[in-house]
Amino acid sequence: MTFRKIAVLSTICLFAIGLIASPALAFKGAYKVGALFSVTGKWSFLGDPEKKTAEMMVEQINNAGGINGNKLELIVYDTEGDATKTNLAFKKLITQDKVCAVIGPSGSGTTMAIVPVAEKYEVPLVSCAASYKIVHDEKTGKPYKWVFKTPQTDTMAAEAIYTHMKKHGISKIAIISVTSGFGASGRSELIRLAPTYEMTIVADEKYGGKDSDLTAQLTKIKGTAPQAIINWSVGPTQVVVLRNYRDLGMVSIPFYQSHGFGSRKNIELAAGAAEGVFCPLGSCNIAELLPENDPQKAVTMAYNKNYMAKYNEPLSSFGGHAWDALNMVVKALENVGDDKAKIQSYLENHIKGFVGQHGIFNYSADDHNGLTKDAFNMVVVKDGDWALAD
Amino acid sequence: MEKITLAGQLFQYLITGLTVGSIYAMVAVGFNIIYNVTEIINFAQGEFVMLGGLIMVFFHVTVGLPLILAFPATVILVTLVGILLDRLAINPIRQPTVLTLIIATIAASILLKGTAMFIWGKDPYDLSAFSGRSPISVFGAVIQPQYLWVIGFLIVIVIILSIFFNRTIIGKAMSACADNPDAASLVGINVKQMILLSFALSAAIGAVAGITVTPISLMEYDRGAMLAVKGFGAAVLGGLGSFPGAILGGLIIGAIESFGAGLISSGYKDAFALIVLLVVLFFKPSGILGSIEISRIKRF
Repeated sequence: MTFRKIAVLSTICLFAIGLIASPALAFKGAYKVGALFSVTGKWSFLGDPEKKTAEMMVEQINNAGGINGNKLELIVYDTEGDATKTNLAFKKLITQDKVCAVIGPSGSGTTMAIVPVAEKYEVPLVSCAASYKIVHDEKTGKPYKWVFKTPQTDTMAAEAIYTHMKKHGISKIAIISVTSGFGASGRSELIRLAPTYEMTIVADEKYGGKDSDLTAQLTKIKGTAPQAIINWSVGPTQVVVLRNYRDLGMVSIPFYQSHGFGSRKNIELAAGAAEGVFCPLGSCNIAELLPENDPQKAVTMAYNKNYMAKYNEPLSSFGGHAWDALNMVVKALENVGDDKAKIQSYLENHIKGFVGQHGIFNYSADDHNGLTKDAFNMVVVKDGDWALAD
Repeated sequence: MEKITLAGQLFQYLITGLTVGSIYAMVAVGFNIIYNVTEIINFAQGEFVMLGGLIMVFFHVTVGLPLILAFPATVILVTLVGILLDRLAINPIRQPTVLTLIIATIAASILLKGTAMFIWGKDPYDLSAFSGRSPISVFGAVIQPQYLWVIGFLIVIVIILSIFFNRTIIGKAMSACADNPDAASLVGINVKQMILLSFALSAAIGAVAGITVTPISLMEYDRGAMLAVKGFGAAVLGGLGSFPGAILGGLIIGAIESFGAGLISSGYKDAFALIVLLVVLFFKPSGILGSIEISRIKRF
């Protein structure tokens, strides 16, 4: 036979073998879900574990046969923490990749940049960012129809901290916060809720996200002799503030971190300065400490184990938000398929008592966050690890 | 805990201001050395500091060398990076103009930052303090021993550089290049070698700054840019090209930041030093200790 005939025949044979061999992995169809995470850039400590978590979940789901026989396809774009890039990536997911829902973005700033886009294109968006503004339309006083979020609001973190302080008779406090969206939002919540919990704020200091020395602010706070200090930031400054606090000899004043502190790495870097520091944390961070009958125990222990097994690093609190977001979307897909309006309706009406990594979610038409302040456990650093605080 | 008096607070601001200022001063001195010999601003100067800190972490923490060995090893390695920067990015440029060379240093800084990110990731790294962390209490202010190390090294560097530039032949040769490179090459000074030496020295000083500051405020891959900006501001404030000016500029900027944050408003800390810089330049464009004649001769 001529070379040409051999080539054509072998190609046909290969195709035939391919078709025969593939049923083992065949799916009926595919559900496309988009993901926007800040995998690189200064918010990578948010986006990287979120991406890893999402990919781990997708692999698990597809290995178990997909969603009702349909393959779950996750299309991840790196926002680099930049609002413009997020906007462009989101539009690409909707118009070119034709996804039925999107999880993420990782940060409040980037989420707010695409809320109008989600509303315009009517695509369900389950954000992994914390600001309450994401699920609160100032004009109507109600949540945006198509936007949901999984992290606890900073309001809940502030309430958890204040509740603990009140229990321990603290009323005169100093606040120090970073000038980012996260820090500013937390600070305004602390100020707003202070009268409700009978807290007097005697110092209100700020610093930049890249500052390497906070002794000036802490010295000023030291001068006001508060009964406790609250720091609201995320990133390396959370550790620097603790080291400066220790260096200035202020360790007798109780110190509270925001929920941004939730990583064992931070305790390590503080080099002993984190001992006795309080912090509100979602349950996935303290899975081992939860009592056996806690409803979240099973899912958090499983997530811990799987993440460590796959990536050989301890889980990050932020990855848990992606776990919650993706699993809720998957639950919707299981029940109503990939119609965007049906997914939105399912999320709004049928996510009740959903056991997640960071709490038990109850979405409704008025509440697209689904959590209460009980989603936070007050935790204290003891012997270099977390312990439940009394 | 006893309440801290206002005097104590002021003294505290002063001490931390001087410590942070010493780092800026070291960066500013680095800028000046290269500027003097080549008239370019080396925007990779901040990266030398960053590399000093991270490489020290590598030698001392990862490899386990004792401090006394890790310190010189780090300085040597960062000096090598500085030499490579000159040989690979500065020297080969065929028709060097000041602008081209500055762009080359910007490119180098981005490259160094990216490489650091690949090697060390984005996490901050820590070093144990050289002589422990038990604070010394003076007038109600608390001084960490590491602050004294930082200020101490600045003084040592100033002394060594003064001796080098005023008493050694090589140092005088470098000063000659700074004054007039053409005349210097006419009397037999190898200007290209002097440029190489200036990069090496700047890198070494940057490394010392990085090593001494990491136990206080950790070090991560992208700290370089901010340090370069503040260090450059310090150099300009003190008069570009003047070593005493660089020291003075650095200490002043550090102190203003500290006092501004403590006494006025911490949110605007970064603005204070830069506002002062603008005001000084308005009245004395060549900087506090800079000289009008020299700044006219220099092209920059």
